Amino acid sequence: MNKTRRGFLRGTFAGSAVAVSLPFLDCFLNESGTALAATGKSLPSVFGNWFQYLGLNPGRWVPDQTGSNYRNKVELAMFDPWKERINLISGGYYHLDGRPVETHKTGVQIATLGGIPTGRESGASLDSDIADVIGRQSRFQTLDVTGTGGRFGVSKRAGAAYKPVEASPAALYRRIFGADFTDPNAAEFVPSTRALAKASVLSQVSDQRRAVLKTVGASDRARLDEYFTSLRQLEKQLAMQLEPPEPLPACAPPPNIGEEAEPGGEVTAVERNIDLFTSLLIHAVTCGQTRVFNVTMNTQGCRKAGSTQNWHGYTHEEPIDDALGYQPETTWFIMWANQLFTNFLRKLETTPEGAGSVLDRMLLLWQTDHGYARTHTMDNVTTMTVGNAGGLFRTGRHIALAGDPVTRVGLTVQQGFGVRTGAWGSQSNRATRPITDMLI
Amino acid sequence: MKKPARRVVVAGFAVGLIAVAAFFFWPESTPSSARVFQPPEVKASRLTPEQYRLAITDVFGAHIDLGGRLEPVMREAGLLVVGASSVSVTAAGMEQFDAMADAISEQVLMHDDNRRVFLSCAPAKSDQPDDRCASEFLAPVGERLFRRPLTEWELRSFVAAAAAATKALGDFHAGLSLSLSAMLTSPQFLFRIPVIEEDPDRSGGYRLDAYSRAARLSFFLWNTGPDAELLRAAREGELDSDRGFRRQVDRMMASPRLEEGVRAFFHDMLRFDTFETLSKDPALFPKFSRREMADAQEQTLRTLVYLLLDQQRDYRDAFTTKKTFLTPSLAAIYQVPLAHQGPNGGVESWEPFEFPAEDPRAGILSHASFTALHSPPGRTSPTDRGKALREVLMCQTVPAPPPDVQFTVVQNTEDPIHKTVRQRLIAHSTVPSCAGCHRIMDPMGLALENFDGAGEFRLVENGQPIDTAGDLDGMEFSNSLELAQVVRDNPAIPSCLVKRMTTYAFGQDFTQDQRVFLKQMRVRFRESGFKIPELMRTIVTSPEFFQAAPASDPVSVDALTAAVR
Repeated sequence: MNKTRRGFLRGTFAGSAVAVSLPFLDCFLNESGTALAATGKSLPSVFGNWFQYLGLNPGRWVPDQTGSNYRNKVELAMFDPWKERINLISGGYYHLDGRPVETHKTGVQIATLGGIPTGRESGASLDSDIADVIGRQSRFQTLDVTGTGGRFGVSKRAGAAYKPVEASPAALYRRIFGADFTDPNAAEFVPSTRALAKASVLSQVSDQRRAVLKTVGASDRARLDEYFTSLRQLEKQLAMQLEPPEPLPACAPPPNIGEEAEPGGEVTAVERNIDLFTSLLIHAVTCGQTRVFNVTMNTQGCRKAGSTQNWHGYTHEEPIDDALGYQPETTWFIMWANQLFTNFLRKLETTPEGAGSVLDRMLLLWQTDHGYARTHTMDNVTTMTVGNAGGLFRTGRHIALAGDPVTRVGLTVQQGFGVRTGAWGSQSNRATRPITDMLI
Repeated sequence: MKKPARRVVVAGFAVGLIAVAAFFFWPESTPSSARVFQPPEVKASRLTPEQYRLAITDVFGAHIDLGGRLEPVMREAGLLVVGASSVSVTAAGMEQFDAMADAISEQVLMHDDNRRVFLSCAPAKSDQPDDRCASEFLAPVGERLFRRPLTEWELRSFVAAAAAATKALGDFHAGLSLSLSAMLTSPQFLFRIPVIEEDPDRSGGYRLDAYSRAARLSFFLWNTGPDAELLRAAREGELDSDRGFRRQVDRMMASPRLEEGVRAFFHDMLRFDTFETLSKDPALFPKFSRREMADAQEQTLRTLVYLLLDQQRDYRDAFTTKKTFLTPSLAAIYQVPLAHQGPNGGVESWEPFEFPAEDPRAGILSHASFTALHSPPGRTSPTDRGKALREVLMCQTVPAPPPDVQFTVVQNTEDPIHKTVRQRLIAHSTVPSCAGCHRIMDPMGLALENFDGAGEFRLVENGQPIDTAGDLDGMEFSNSLELAQVVRDNPAIPSCLVKRMTTYAFGQDFTQDQRVFLKQMRVRFRESGFKIPELMRTIVTSPEFFQAAPASDPVSVDALTAAVR
C-alpha cells in the first residue's frame, strides 16, 4: 500500500490542478515532529559555510590546551556557551607552493577549493561537493548570501564561475517565499497549473541539449552542460510545485521581510541585514527549501559610519597599541564579527525544531583567509565547526593541526556528509587524512 | 614643468611591469613563429547583462521593463566581455534569467497594447492552440533573438511548447507567452554560439559563417545583436561579397547606434560596472549619493562620445580635455557654477561645460568616475588610483604583494607628525618590500590628492597643504594638470586602448598566436591620428576579424550526453 502523500496525490488526481485537502497529515507525524512516523526518517542534515575574511589576532585565540578540556582565550570567549558543539581547529596552514599571496584571494581559494587554481579551470568549492550529496532534492541546491555587499561569494561548481551572492534580504525573501513557494503545512495543496505548463515548455529547451552540444567544442560543452544542469534545477523547482511537500511542523514562513538596510559594509547596515538573512536562512531550512548555504562576510568596505578607514585598511595601517599589544580598531572589528556569528548561533539554537533546535541538524564551517591579516600570514589559520549535523560529527574539542594543511578540515567535513572522496586539495594543500577526532 | 625624473625606479618591482610593457611595446621581441596570425579557437560567449537589456530593447522596445538584475560576469583580461566567454549560468543565475524572461514575455503578450504591436494574427479560438498564429509570432521573433533563423526543428519545438502550455492554461496568449519565455531562457539566446565554415580566401582555413559574422560585427559596433537589415544581408549572401560587407559596415558606422557600442566599450574598459557595489559614507561625502554615482559615469561617457565620435578627436585628448558635460549635482561636487537651462525643480539636465584653463581639472582622470570609483568609502587612496591608472588605462600589471609583507610602518591617520597621506606613504615606503609596489602606483595617485574620495576639490589634508608632485615612467609633474599631459603622452595609453578594443571586438583574450594583429592595429591607430572610429573600422574590415579555428573536441557528444542524461 502506498502511504506517501505524493503517491496519494498521484493516484488520486494524476497531477491535475485541483485543490486537495491533506487529512492524513497527523498520522504521519510522531509526537515531536522530529521524524515522519510513516518512514522513521530523521530530519535531514544541513551544511552551512560562514566565510569571515581577515581572521583573528595571533596570541589571543589559540587555547593552551587541546582536546575537550580547553579554555577559550579572549577573542573566542564569547563562544563558550556553544563550546560543547564546537570543534576549534588551530595550527593549520594555507600552503603557497611558491605562488604569491594574492591578498584575500589565495586563502579563500585554498579554504574553499582546496588549492590555488592554475589557469581558468578549477574544481568545485566544498559546499558544492556536499550539496551534490545532500542537496540534490532541495528546491535550492545552495543559497548564497553576503552580509557586507558585493556580487560574488565563495561558492562555485567545477570549471564554472563563482556563484552570485544575494546582498539584499528582500530579494532573497522574494526568491524563497515569493509566489512559487509551497507551504508544506498548508491544509490544502493546489498544484500550480502555470508550473505545469512552464515545466512542459522548459522541457522543450532541455530537449535541445543534444543539438546544442553537438555544435560546440569541449570547453564550451562543459559550460553549456552547466547551463543545462542549472536548467534541470529550475525544472526540479517547478516539479516540486506540482506535488504536495512533506509536512514540516517547524516551518512557519515569514509573512514579510521587514525593512532592510542598503547592502554595504557600514556596521549597522551589516548587523541589520545579517539579522534578516539569519531569519530567512533558518526559515529556508525549516521549510525544506535548502540544505546547504553560504554566508560571505567580506571586509573591504566594512567600517563604522563616519569613519575614513575600513576594517581592511585598519589591518594594514593601524599601529599596534604598545600597552594592549594589538591593533585596537582592527580588534574591535574582529570582536564585532565574532558577535555577529554568535548572534547567528543563538538564533539557530533558539529556533525550535523537533525535540531540539534547528542547530541540532547543522554543521557550520567557519573559515577565514589569513592567520594574521596585518601581515597576510597563511599559517595558524583559525577554523571552527559548530554542530554535529544530526549526529554525523563529534564535537567539543580543540584540535591542533601542527602545520598540516587546513584542507584536512574540508576533507573531514566532506566525508562526514557522505562525499565519497579519500583526498581533497592540490599540491601541498592536498589532504589525505581526515581529522578522525571529528568523525563518528 | 615636467621633465625626465632623476629618481631611480626601484628595480625589483619594476621588473614585472617592464616585462608586461616589453610584451606590448617592443615588437622586435615577438618571436618569428608568432609573426603570422593564427585564428583563435571559436568560443561561445554568454550575453552580458547590458547586451541582454539591449537585445530586448531592440526586439520589443525600450518600454519593456526588465524588472530585475542578471547574474554578473567576472572580468578577464580587463574586460567583462572576455569574461563572458568563460562563464556559464549557475542555478541561481538561471532563476534570474527565468524570472526576467517571464516578466518580459508577459508584458509583450499579456498586455493588450503591446500584443497589438507584436502579434499580427489572432488565434481561431482564444482558449485553444493555434500553430499557424504561434509560428507567425515565434519565427521572426526567434530570428532576432537567436541572431539567425530558427531551424525547422527549433520552430516546431517552440510551437509545440506554446500548444502544450495553451492546453494547460486554457489561454492561447498565456501559452504563447510561456513559449516566448522559454526562448528567452534558451542557450541559443543567452549564449552567442559561433558557427564556422571553410574560408574561401584561405585554403584549409575557416571563418565564421554569415550569421556569426553579423553577430560579431553587431555586438562590437552596437553592443547588441544584428538588426533586421543585417540579418537580411547575412541571409541573402551580401556579407560574402566585399562590396556588400563594406556597405553594411558603412551603414552601421553611420548609425546613431554606434554610440551605444562606444559607450558599452568604455563602460567595460573603465570598469563602471563596479559602481554597482561602490559605497560612500554619507556622513563624510553627503553630496555623493547613488544619483551622483550614476551622473559621474554618464559624465565620462558623454565626454568620450562627444570627443571621440562627434568631434573625431585624438583618443589621447580624453586625458587633457577641458570640455565635459555636467548636471547641477555634479557641478556642486566640482564646485563650479553651471548655467541650468531647465525649469526650477525640473529634472536635472546635462549641460556642456568647459573647465577654465587654470582649473585643476582636465581629462577623464579628474572626473569623479575615476577619483571616486578608485577610492575607499571614507577617504582617498593614491595607491588605488595609481593602480587603476596602471591596470585599467595602461594595461599593466602591478605585481602582487610578496608573501608575509610587513606593514609595520606607522600609517595612523591621526598621527601628529605624518598628517598627509603622502607623508604616511613615504614613511610606509621606508620598508623596502613595500617601496617597490608603492613606487609604481603612488606618485600618480598622489597627483590626484586634490580630489577627495568623492571627487571634490581640496587644498589641504588635516591642515597641511597637499603636495601633488610626482613622476610617471620618468616624466615628472607637479600637479594634476601636468599629470594629465604626461599620461596623454605616455605610449602605453594608446597601446592599451588598442589591446582592449581589439580583444573586446573578438570577445576573447589573445594568445601569442594572435598578438601580431595587435601590432598591426597599433600601427594603424597611430597612422589614423589615434581616432577611435577609424580603429573600429580597421578592426572589422581586417580579414582576421572573422577568421576562426575549429574548437578542439576530445570528448564525444554521445558519451557526454549519455553520462549526464
